[in-house]
Amino acid sequence: MKIEAPNPVLEVHDLTVSYHKKPVLWNIDLTLPEGALVGIIGPNGAGKSTLLKAIMGLLPLGSGYARIFDQPLDAVRSRVSYVPQRASVDWDFPTTVRDVVLMGRYGKLGLLRRPGKKDKAIAMECLEKVGMAGFVKRQISQLSGGQQQRVFLARALAQEADIYFMDEPFAGVDAATEAAILGLLHELAEQKKTVVVVHHDLQTAAEFFDWIVLLNMRLVACGPIEQVFTNELLQQTYRGKLTVLSEVGELVRKRQIPSREKY
Amino acid sequence: METFLQFFSFQDSAVVAVVVGSILLTTSSAVVGTFTLLKKKALIGDAVAHALLPGICLSFLLTGTKNPFALIIGAFVAGWISIVVMDWIVGRSRIKEDTAIALVLSVFFGIGILLLTYIQHSGNAAQTGLDSFLFGKAAAMVEQDLIVFGTVAGILILTVILFFKELTIIAFDESYARSQGLPVRGLNLLLTSLTVMAVVTGIQAVGVVLMAAMLITPAAAARFWTNRVGKMTVIAAALGGFSGLSGAYISYTETDMPTGPWIVLIASAIALVSFFVAPDRGIISRLVSQRRLMKQIMNENLLKELYHLGEKDGVPDKKRTLDEIIEERYFPKRRLQATLGRLKRKGLVRKTGPDWSLTTEGHQKGARTVKLHRLWELYLTEYLKIAPDHVHEDAETIEHVITPEIEAELERLLDFPDKDPHAQSIPYSNPD
Repeated sequence: MKIEAPNPVLEVHDLTVSYHKKPVLWNIDLTLPEGALVGIIGPNGAGKSTLLKAIMGLLPLGSGYARIFDQPLDAVRSRVSYVPQRASVDWDFPTTVRDVVLMGRYGKLGLLRRPGKKDKAIAMECLEKVGMAGFVKRQISQLSGGQQQRVFLARALAQEADIYFMDEPFAGVDAATEAAILGLLHELAEQKKTVVVVHHDLQTAAEFFDWIVLLNMRLVACGPIEQVFTNELLQQTYRGKLTVLSEVGELVRKRQIPSREKY
Repeated sequence: METFLQFFSFQDSAVVAVVVGSILLTTSSAVVGTFTLLKKKALIGDAVAHALLPGICLSFLLTGTKNPFALIIGAFVAGWISIVVMDWIVGRSRIKEDTAIALVLSVFFGIGILLLTYIQHSGNAAQTGLDSFLFGKAAAMVEQDLIVFGTVAGILILTVILFFKELTIIAFDESYARSQGLPVRGLNLLLTSLTVMAVVTGIQAVGVVLMAAMLITPAAAARFWTNRVGKMTVIAAALGGFSGLSGAYISYTETDMPTGPWIVLIASAIALVSFFVAPDRGIISRLVSQRRLMKQIMNENLLKELYHLGEKDGVPDKKRTLDEIIEERYFPKRRLQATLGRLKRKGLVRKTGPDWSLTTEGHQKGARTVKLHRLWELYLTEYLKIAPDHVHEDAETIEHVITPEIEAELERLLDFPDKDPHAQSIPYSNPD
């Protein structure tokens, strides 16, 4: 089931992504409306993070495209913000909370320019929003997992974007952080900003989001929660793997077949 | 002493060239090395350093002179080719990065040694001293070299200062940098070029064999002393510069001595010392805080046992002999006495003759540990459904960890219980 969003802020068209030639996402088509809180839901290995990375241009696409605000990503980078998985960086890196949040300003600053007073004020404001203002000078390795996640969110906020892509922000965080993230999501939605969140917990998905993308190597469903978050569709998403799909993917990898023939 | 003064008075212009040259070379490679280290590319630096040798030799064979400018270009080209080959192997074959690095390092270095041997036996008079590129010879630097190497070193340091913010973000979170549209590919290329250039210039002082150490060791030592990239870069530069200066001095006094090993030894000694004595991250500091923790645990355990004894016979401040305590729970006698002494100084126990008893404050502290122990046992049985006979060992550890906040939370969750799973009563400091 796929429900088209009117005036979509994100359009994904026929998107196929492979890792080492093995297709992990097949022909994804979807559209998302402005101001929605979108949950991307699916089992482990469904390609949820891969979809996000593909949209952010971090992975080579086998086929298809993603357009944001009806433009290619490169034209609207400054309006798009990305929160990678917390575990994707080395938290022992010699830097402080404030310097990490300031990285959110680097895109707007461009090369060679240093962050100024205005950037520092914005960083401070964003840290306040996630309840981390008291940790500005803290070395990042001293933070708890939830605090690290909030620093990542503050960094994304500092970009002052219009659409946010967050990779598993709720994974393994404490109750205070969960509440802080939720508050933030609602605040962003009120400002008509769109938030796309990779999420793996079915229990909370129904409370957190108003638009759902069900994913398991292919798109199972995409639409408003009341139409998409049904038993039948969830079962389709989680009921075993599509064995033939995985097997064919494995064959493609073994024989190193390009995902689209080129002449 | 006389040579020391002669050297450090800098009256000899040759000395000035050697000192300034060495410091510039080692400082610039330490600055670049900070980012090579943070980007976790230390091994690549080593491979590149070894791969330069054939470039230097070929450049000499083609030009027939030891013109530093020509040698640098030859070395730079060879370094670049080695990186391209490594990338190509990793991208196009099933060989993993570590194997590719090892392959490139040994093959390029092998060719280099072959060429070097050929040159040495060719009877070319200009070749003398070319082998100093193997282990470095700071003292061989003349003013002409100084201009070339100094310029390159200056460019390296300046580039790192200019691109400090960009180099930091690609080392910390490359995909986030890409998501913002920063030219990550170009920045990676920049860091690679800086690494190759740093190695190329550094070999005059340190030599190809040990150059990677000069790149990485000052940065590794600096990491112990700070938690900020900026400070780490400055400290690495200072340590690198100091090693370079020392190497130059040794090179001046002992003319037959290769400089590289000395510079690297001095830098390594600094790193080793940092490893032990640095605050927070150093081994000694860690040992000290661990010892402090062990003492605190011992204190709490002893107060707890004294509380247990009082609980048994109903007289909390009764005087106990050492044997009585040991019978309740075994402690080595020495440590028991030492701990009692510590507790006495804190006013937690009292000594009367050979006997020991709890003060009111000591009794309260003992009670708190017992309370935490029993609360935790109850939490494990109630919330984690763990069998009552399995919870004691866990609680022995956790009783020393629980903070007042968690204590309050446990009390709330368990609704201020009176008894633990073994029906022993849970002591509250102000029973109500």
